[in-house]
Amino acid sequence: MLRKLRESKPLQGTLLIAPTLIFMVGLLIIPLMLTAVVSFGKRNSDGGVIYTLTLDNYTRLAGFSTNCDSGAASCFDPLYVNILGRSLTLALQTTIFVILMAYPLAYFIARSSPKRRNTFLFMVLVPLWTNFVIRVYAWMMILRTQGVLNGLLGAIAGVLHIPFAPLDMLYTPGAVLVGMIYEFLPFMILPIFTSLEKIDNSLFEAAADLGANPIRTFFKVTLPLSMPGVIAGTILVFIPVMGTFIVSDILGGRQVILVGNLIQRQFLDARDPTFGSAASLILMVMTLIVTYFYTRKFGFGEEIIAV
Amino acid sequence: MSDFAVELRDVVKTFQTPEGGSVNAVDHLNMKINHGEFFSMLGSSGCGKTTSLRMIAGFEWPTTGEVYIEDQPQGHRPPFQRPVNTVFQNYALFQHMTVAQNIAFGLEMDKVPAAEIKRRVGEALDMVKLGNMGKRAPRQLSGGQQQRIALARALVKRPKVLLLDEPLGALDLKLRKEMQLELKNLQREVGITFVFVTHDQEEALTMSDRIAVMSHGKVLQIGAPVEIYERPNCKFVADFIGDTNFLEGEITVAEKDHLIVFVPKLAGEVHGMGESEFKVGDKAIISIRPEKIRLSEQHTFNQNCFQVKITSSAYIGSDTRLEVDANGVRLKVWEQNHISTLDPRAYHHGEQQAWVTLFPENALVLPAE
Repeated sequence: MLRKLRESKPLQGTLLIAPTLIFMVGLLIIPLMLTAVVSFGKRNSDGGVIYTLTLDNYTRLAGFSTNCDSGAASCFDPLYVNILGRSLTLALQTTIFVILMAYPLAYFIARSSPKRRNTFLFMVLVPLWTNFVIRVYAWMMILRTQGVLNGLLGAIAGVLHIPFAPLDMLYTPGAVLVGMIYEFLPFMILPIFTSLEKIDNSLFEAAADLGANPIRTFFKVTLPLSMPGVIAGTILVFIPVMGTFIVSDILGGRQVILVGNLIQRQFLDARDPTFGSAASLILMVMTLIVTYFYTRKFGFGEEIIAV
Repeated sequence: MSDFAVELRDVVKTFQTPEGGSVNAVDHLNMKINHGEFFSMLGSSGCGKTTSLRMIAGFEWPTTGEVYIEDQPQGHRPPFQRPVNTVFQNYALFQHMTVAQNIAFGLEMDKVPAAEIKRRVGEALDMVKLGNMGKRAPRQLSGGQQQRIALARALVKRPKVLLLDEPLGALDLKLRKEMQLELKNLQREVGITFVFVTHDQEEALTMSDRIAVMSHGKVLQIGAPVEIYERPNCKFVADFIGDTNFLEGEITVAEKDHLIVFVPKLAGEVHGMGESEFKVGDKAIISIRPEKIRLSEQHTFNQNCFQVKITSSAYIGSDTRLEVDANGVRLKVWEQNHISTLDPRAYHHGEQQAWVTLFPENALVLPAE
């Protein structure tokens, strides 16, 4: 038996992937298929599922409501389309802002001395030691009407003798955006840093030697060579932001409902697993489509993920 | 026309050490490089040759002193404003560009018209015999080919001076020898001044018009290969270039071109020649190359002839390399095998009595350090 194992590469391979394979089939593939089945079903009165084959949940998501004020049999209600659109917009905004903030920082860290570099990387990772939810609550303390930021602005206004009314910052799309940027920044800094750090210094010197000033060196050499890091970071940020509901739940309240919140509420509050399943699948498809077009254009940033 | 292609005038480059001290990587260096010359800076690692080259390129600025290119002081001018180009040790090719894009890069930076770029890139590729490789990615090419692309990329800009930082170091021996000749021919063809940094003395001797031998941030000697080898001006240069034997002694006769040194270990006098100033009683060192010592079975001259015992002998094909013991002094002696024979009597072997003759014109007397 052991001898057979020693000689058979396919058998070794099977054994190596078996634990993950069993886990993933049991807890990802099968549930995903169940979700798909449920999404075509109907909800019964006590939150159970009647297994049928109806597209009702999807037409409802697309805006064809059967619950119309005018008494018509169906009408257009963009509620869910808006939620999906808002989620996509917010994920794109978050990704762009995170890239714009992470790139200069990663550049700075990559250019500092090796000793200081480790300190800086450590500092980037420190926030991740605190629980995700607690960090979002901290932003609530900062942004609420009686919060830290309003207090600070009030104090400054007081010194300058400017009339000041506390700003309503919490429960706005801006608050959710700030929270998302804050939560996902490290996941962009690290891959960009890795790709910048791998660029040999002699390439910058070669560019300068051939007549490129620092700005042209950046756009012709540094940026193209660090794109794998930007791409890897984008994948690490965009996909989770599309699905997360904690940040919008705490910082957006009822004002900023994202597709993640919608799904959560369907399962836990509205007790409509069929509609929740349909929303889950649509979220997945949307994410896949965006990621597909993005990676087809720029690649996966394989070099970075492989590191 | 300017006097010199490159001149380093009293250049000092000080670096901070991690321990908080400072070290002069280049120490009051003076160097004048002529137009169209193949000039090598030769020395072991840490001698300041690469730092000097980087100061010409503009990657480093002198702490004090001045670098002149075509008589223009360069001051703190950045690399992208200097009329020189560099071939880097690791080639530093842009992997996100094709070979042709790599070569075009410098011309694009100079805003050369597209049609001319295309023509000049084609010419540059032909020049390094890679005419059909333009569309490849650099990493698809061999080390020698990448080396040529780096060369083409630098030369396509027609720099006043081409700087080469150990460009052949990563190649295997056979390819390196080929590239040495190719580089030398190319330099003759384009007529551009080459400043070449290497730690390989054979490479420097093969390719250079003139060599600067460097140590500890200073230039010890500048001269043509034959001067550096045949007339080293100090013990370090004699030792660094090629192989040699040293005999320590004291000057007993110091006439023009005729020096006699008493060598206590040989218990005898050695007649030699030298270009340094000596007076009687000065400490001196005689340097004599192993291939310039004559080995014989009989006593020949009365001068400079010493009885020795052959302690070891190694046949290496072209030469037989012997070690002899003269009154306790070990000398290396290389005999060329100019006769093809299997007869062992044709070659010297160990434990024989013999005589060595050190011809006075081969015994170079150098000042003791």
